[in-house]
Amino acid sequence: MAAAPADAMSQQKPIGGTAMFQVRIHGRGGQGVVSGAELLSVAGFLEGRFAQAFPSFGSERMGTPVIAYCRLDEKEIRLREPVLEPDALIVQDATLLHQVDLFAGLHRGSYILLNSTRSFGELGLSDFTGSFRRARLCTVHATQIAIEHVGRAVPNVPLLGAFAAITGQVRLESVIAAIREKFPHVVAEKNVAAATEAYATVSKLRETADA
Amino acid sequence: MLRQTEGSRAVAEAVALCRPQVICAYPITPQTHIVEGVGEMVKSGQLAGCEFINVESEFAALSVAIGASAAGARTYTATSSQGLLFMAEAVYNAAGLGLPIVMTIGNRAIGAPINIWNDHSDSMSMRDAGWIQLYAETNQEALDLHIQAFRLAEELSCPVMVCMDGFILTHAYDRVDIPTQAQVDAFLPPFEPRQALDPAEPVTIGAMVGPEAFTEVRYLAHHKQLRALSLIPQLSEAFAKQFGRDSGGLIRSYRTADAETIVVSLGSVNGTVQEVVDEMRDAGIAIGSVSMCSFRPFPLTALRDALGHAKRVVVLEKCLAVGLGGIVSDGVRKSLSGIQLKGYTVIAGLGGRPITRASLKQLFEDAGTDELEQVTFLDLNADVVAHELEREQLARRTGPTAEAILRRLGTVGPRIGQGHP
Repeated sequence: MAAAPADAMSQQKPIGGTAMFQVRIHGRGGQGVVSGAELLSVAGFLEGRFAQAFPSFGSERMGTPVIAYCRLDEKEIRLREPVLEPDALIVQDATLLHQVDLFAGLHRGSYILLNSTRSFGELGLSDFTGSFRRARLCTVHATQIAIEHVGRAVPNVPLLGAFAAITGQVRLESVIAAIREKFPHVVAEKNVAAATEAYATVSKLRETADA
Repeated sequence: MLRQTEGSRAVAEAVALCRPQVICAYPITPQTHIVEGVGEMVKSGQLAGCEFINVESEFAALSVAIGASAAGARTYTATSSQGLLFMAEAVYNAAGLGLPIVMTIGNRAIGAPINIWNDHSDSMSMRDAGWIQLYAETNQEALDLHIQAFRLAEELSCPVMVCMDGFILTHAYDRVDIPTQAQVDAFLPPFEPRQALDPAEPVTIGAMVGPEAFTEVRYLAHHKQLRALSLIPQLSEAFAKQFGRDSGGLIRSYRTADAETIVVSLGSVNGTVQEVVDEMRDAGIAIGSVSMCSFRPFPLTALRDALGHAKRVVVLEKCLAVGLGGIVSDGVRKSLSGIQLKGYTVIAGLGGRPITRASLKQLFEDAGTDELEQVTFLDLNADVVAHELEREQLARRTGPTAEAILRRLGTVGPRIGQGHP
């Protein structure tokens, strides 16, 4: 693998991160946290990128805090440490806000995607999120979307649709292709509908905010 | 074909491509997905001509594997941690009988205290059982090593363990290139056993051997492993010709030619080590790394050639010889006999503690200025240790250590990375 010269590499690095895009997903056992990271890695792979997804290796039980990670890069990923400085944080369960140090390692350019019907302000996070770029903060009612389309409170897939909309790191089509690869047909199509609605909802919010 | 899949799935596919005839296994985290995967393939008919035998324990799993292999079947099993300990007696027997069984170890710590996370304590406990031990750095290499392992095992008539880091590799979704059946068939010929139980031509396997011949049988087991020292690189080259990628071999060196400091490690941590090597090289520090794929046989000469010119060698190991320090370091020092250089042992990643770039960089910088102890425990929480030692000084009935430390630490589940902060 030919490495670029050190100077060129450092110039390409965006502020606060590296060329690699790192995602950390927090949720609870039973919410599909690990599957979410795996699906994201498949979506990245389908776009020709290198991707690595792995769980936080706990003895997960229903309801306990769970973390999973996903890295996306243009070159082979050698790094095996947990994602300590995420470029995007996905929070599948807002009740974790009071239990887990969710925001550890975030930088000002990080995206924060939160599953909630409430805004960051309504959740009392205005002081914290004030220093982040507004366009990179998003709350979406992913559980409701999941219940509506999938029939279960698994917010992982709608959050991936929302992730595609706010970060542009993967296309919605790739998320859909990953879903169809992972799930049997009937379940897959329900999840495709959930991802598509979340994508549309977040894209619409974006347009409204821009207008 | 390129696929984004779980490490365990990739290994299951590789094992199936090797056309095993008998698989018997007992599930234990983190290798469970592998045997579930091959089990499904046997049931669906994707893996034809193979019998999957359900057994009641790990001891039974390897015992059945021994019987199947002795009957001339290509045989596979997998285990981890306490499961490997439970089959220990059979592990020695499989090697002593010279049966070419391939077994995956999804590396995991050994209790007590109970811990399901990754380190190398399990396979290291069986390092002298007579099996060849290969350690995979990536999921691609884990897949590839299984294909090489069957050929290696059968050419030598010696069992092979393919060790892959539990969770870090077994549960990671990565890009892997899964070869075609034709490619694997071209590399791995059908099993032609050196010995087989056959009712038409009855023989005994497993005779009692007294003092008059035991040493000779053991010597030949040692000699077999020494032959593997040349066979492992040959198979790695043949594999590269057939499959178009480098996998396996005895050791792999990275930026070592002019390195003053060289880090030696086994398994997946080498990827993180290479990231730190690149970062420090960019800062002008002469550092490199060596990844050991073969731990048994121990590649003394290859290591001496790779390390002998350095000023210092840091051996980073995910296991602990209690009362001594390092297990890998012991062999590395032997390989450098008579050469004057500084040698450091670093115990890291025990029981799944994350090995981070930040900690490694600090460690290698300390090594570069020779400020390291002979044996260092990476990211050791000295406060917790000091507190516990003090408590033990002050009172007699202090209770169990592990529970006392957990109480001191408070809730650890929510912590990012679940390591020492």
